[in-house]
Amino acid sequence: MNEFWLILGMFVITFGIRFVMFAFAGKITFPVWMQQSLKFVPPAVLTAIIVPAVVMPFGEMDFSFSNVYLLAAIISVIISLVTKSLLKTIFFGMLVFLLLKFLMV
Amino acid sequence: MKAGCKAAIPLIIGAIPFGVLFGTLAPTSGLSVWATMAMSLIVFAGSAQFIVLALIAVQAPLEIILLTTFVVNLRHLLYATALVPRVSHLPFALRTLLAFGLTDETFANMSQRYQPGSPLGDDHQFAHFFYLGSMFSFYITWSSATAIGLVLGNIIPDMTSWGLEFAMSVTFIGMVIPYLNTKAMFSAMFCAAIASLYFAYLPNKLGLIISALIGVSAGLSVVHFQKMSINQGEQA
Repeated sequence: MNEFWLILGMFVITFGIRFVMFAFAGKITFPVWMQQSLKFVPPAVLTAIIVPAVVMPFGEMDFSFSNVYLLAAIISVIISLVTKSLLKTIFFGMLVFLLLKFLMV
Repeated sequence: MKAGCKAAIPLIIGAIPFGVLFGTLAPTSGLSVWATMAMSLIVFAGSAQFIVLALIAVQAPLEIILLTTFVVNLRHLLYATALVPRVSHLPFALRTLLAFGLTDETFANMSQRYQPGSPLGDDHQFAHFFYLGSMFSFYITWSSATAIGLVLGNIIPDMTSWGLEFAMSVTFIGMVIPYLNTKAMFSAMFCAAIASLYFAYLPNKLGLIISALIGVSAGLSVVHFQKMSINQGEQA
């Protein structure tokens, strides 16, 4: 991975998106369907990252109870639904994961 | 400007742990120290930075990483569109600077500032100073937190063997679950989840982009069908 191009590319893309509307100051508008679709993007991308990461942590699908990643992820979902707090979810989810990992070894 | 810094405080405090977490996780994902720091200083896009880490960790190619950055940051177009009437009178150089600092957090601050009946008054002549205050305090906090995380990660050895890559998954879970409040959003995430497993073995992590698109289309279709049934209800 060439980190120079990574950073430069990310900068150009991120800044470009933020700047284009300010630069043209209101001369562009978006169709409604596009505005609607944008709100689905972050959850869809995040879900598509999380699910394979916890279902196949070592490259093969593993739906068994010995998959601590999947188990801890399911518990984290419940924690998040209950606490509705990002920091609490990270803290307790991580705790559950480390405990499970420790117990399973 | 001071008021902007002040308004940003609650969001800044919330962001510190994530900056630290980013700095700690980045080297374990395979990013060098300078690139980690440069990402916070130059790119300055919290959630995209985490997503990129996850992609680097699974050795996704540069093109996929950049494409994902683009897709994930597209929401900033909405923010910018909403703020255009507020900044169009400002000089070009100032607009450039303001665009650089247009993060989720600063947008949240600005939306509150422009609410009618804001405690700071309805006179928005100097509201761009508020914007500057919010973005600068946020920028400094985010970079410092990243630096602290880098140092912490260096002190605690061998974090990879603890399975700390799960920290990323749990962070994303915490970010994603609060979105689950409509049928459309549920469908989008459910379809993205199934697709991500179905396409998991595609080369170059292409499955991620395809699954995200499937998820977004699923969400859009549900919104569309809901509208159709409402219209039919009105006709009947």
